[in-house]
Amino acid sequence: MKKNQVTKVRNTQTDQPRTSKRSQMKKSIHISGSEAVVRCLIEEGVDVLYGYPGGAIMPVYDELYKFQDHIHHVLTRHEQGATHAAQGYARISGRVGVAMATSGPGATNLVTGIADAQIDSTPLVCITGQVASHLLGSDAFQETDIVGISTPVTKWNHQITKASEIPEVMAKAFYIARSGRPGPVLIDITKDAQFEEFDFSYEKCKGVRSYNPVPVATENSLKSAADIINSAKKPMIVWGQGVILGKAEKNLIEMIEKTGIPAAWTILGASAIPTSHPLNVGMVGMHGNYGPNVLTNECDVLIAIGMRFDDRVTGNLDSYAKQAKVIHLEIDPAEVDKNVKTDVAIIGDARDSLRRLTPLLREKEHKEWLSKFTEFYKVEFETVIDADINPTKEGLTMGEVIKEINSCTNGDAAVVTDVGQHQMIACRYAKFTQTKSNITSGGLGTMGFALPAAIGAKMAEPEREVIAVIGDGGYQMTIQELGTIFQQRCAVKIVVLNNEYLGMVRQWQQLFFDKRYASTEMTNPDFVKIAEGYSIQSKRVSRREDLAPAVAEMVASDQAYFLEVCIEKEDNVFPMIPTGASVSDIRLE
Amino acid sequence: MKDDKKLYTISVYTENNIGLLNRISAIFQRRHINIESLNTSISEIPDVSRFTVVVRITESQVKKIIGQIAKQVEVIKAFYHTDDEIIYQESAIFKIASELLFEERQIQNIVKESHSRIVTVNKEFFVIEKSGRRSEIDELFENLKPFGIMQFSRSGRIAVSKDKMKISKVLNAFKH
Repeated sequence: MKKNQVTKVRNTQTDQPRTSKRSQMKKSIHISGSEAVVRCLIEEGVDVLYGYPGGAIMPVYDELYKFQDHIHHVLTRHEQGATHAAQGYARISGRVGVAMATSGPGATNLVTGIADAQIDSTPLVCITGQVASHLLGSDAFQETDIVGISTPVTKWNHQITKASEIPEVMAKAFYIARSGRPGPVLIDITKDAQFEEFDFSYEKCKGVRSYNPVPVATENSLKSAADIINSAKKPMIVWGQGVILGKAEKNLIEMIEKTGIPAAWTILGASAIPTSHPLNVGMVGMHGNYGPNVLTNECDVLIAIGMRFDDRVTGNLDSYAKQAKVIHLEIDPAEVDKNVKTDVAIIGDARDSLRRLTPLLREKEHKEWLSKFTEFYKVEFETVIDADINPTKEGLTMGEVIKEINSCTNGDAAVVTDVGQHQMIACRYAKFTQTKSNITSGGLGTMGFALPAAIGAKMAEPEREVIAVIGDGGYQMTIQELGTIFQQRCAVKIVVLNNEYLGMVRQWQQLFFDKRYASTEMTNPDFVKIAEGYSIQSKRVSRREDLAPAVAEMVASDQAYFLEVCIEKEDNVFPMIPTGASVSDIRLE
Repeated sequence: MKDDKKLYTISVYTENNIGLLNRISAIFQRRHINIESLNTSISEIPDVSRFTVVVRITESQVKKIIGQIAKQVEVIKAFYHTDDEIIYQESAIFKIASELLFEERQIQNIVKESHSRIVTVNKEFFVIEKSGRRSEIDELFENLKPFGIMQFSRSGRIAVSKDKMKISKVLNAFKH
């Protein structure tokens, strides 16, 4: 263990200098490529990584074994679980998540998680082993062109064939993954490069000449935007994840409190501002709240902050906010005018842009305009919400489960959701008090995301309550990660809302396909028994009177806990904007 | 109509890295856009490559494509131009049986009138090279066709813009 002389690294990836180690590392040491990979990870402050070993990555795993006091490798049960766990880790903490896999099937199994991270701007570094460089292109055992395959779904990727490239490429990988609009990076390392010895020293990447991650908003754009906002009578904000990624939560609160502008959020923007904030008017989009959707088509100024006008947010673009002047605060210039034509684009980091914009804005209140949101909320509450969260019918609803979680956790929990009806219900009704608390697969809509993502989230922030809310369909896509929870003693709470259907697809079949329930009914196994097989404390609830005590017991537990709630089979999620309809044509039933 | 399809020449200054061609062409493929021609070469700046891509799309499409290309980490800058904003050329070579050069006097006239150039002549074949607009190359092709073209190959479009492409500024801004 002579080589193993790196000092214990802090559980952060901040830019704080680690002087003693730095100077130690500056001097080059003669080591193998695989040891270099591990040392690079440690240099970047990585404390946990998720992965699965195999032939082409074995030299790196051998080094991970030697460095296990410094860096914790978590064996997931499938490589997809590794990427989702790394995503959960990144989303709750803001740090770069790391996943590792072998060549061939190991690498291709990472792809779904990488694509998810790309569309949801999550910083990931994925490391794959590759066959030896002399075998490239020979259809060698477990050879696959992962660089080619991952190109369209990575922010950057690169293949290393020489050990000497490792430090620079790894440094670049972390820099690119975390800077600007974050995203996934894949580094593919041939096995010979892992074995090769070279003189290693490490220097963090400070920039790449062809890459300008953080454009600075121009004074002109800020002034033009301020003029429009100051003369607005019915302004409205829609914020997205850019506020969270840009650490601009406080700046956004300052801005809305000064200007009195009602602010709504996209699914990935949820939790940036506490749910209880009086100017937080709810969620936009297909299953968002009634008010912000309808009023998008009544506001006179629409201020979009760190969001990308996804089709699930805008509905039909031809009738989206046509009456409004659109101001777009955005870090990625390619998002400006992509879907919605803007009047003023403020291209820059959300925090910097808001910090400079707010002083130019006049103090205001928009009482009458804000009261419109309240009126719409009343209508929505009476027709939809009340029956969702305070049901009087016999079957349990997804909404009342979320309400119970809210009351047991005081809104302090991070809620990790999968994809489908339960996800929409959770995002609609979960109450958040702190940022980075809504972890879900937004853009890609990846079923199977929640269980492994919850593992990553819990490991990144062990002090936080992490509750995975999952449908019975998505749960079974990555159910094998119960093994990871068991082995790691990871105290995630798992709530499966079981309606024995692929509920969202079934809802569409009911509404748009004449109730032809093609392949959406599920005959499920005994989930409680499965959890018990992994020694996870578990309970099944199907009666209302048992729900609150079960949720309380789950939250009180300091270990992993599995709760299955058997819910009404054919409940639907409303409101709903049917595909192709306008946001103002949102249906309440 | 503003949103009519037009021929656009996209010029991309990039780092010279393996895989970048794939990354750039994937941007077109994903949007189901056919690439009319593509050329890569060095540029006027040391260690900087240049892609010249010709596509027939609408202006709003080309703007979005430029955004997506420019956003790639290893792309330094991307521009798009219409035909009247650039000077552009293509190059083509024709392989033709040698006997025709001597037996068909017409061929010599075609070569002369088209301002093409005979690159090489040997016992079996000779090779004509023609640079110019696509229409000129097409015309030469049509004129030579009756005599029999043994082989033909045409390059992608290469182009320089009439206006400056401000890329040194981007590179100078990076001090490393």
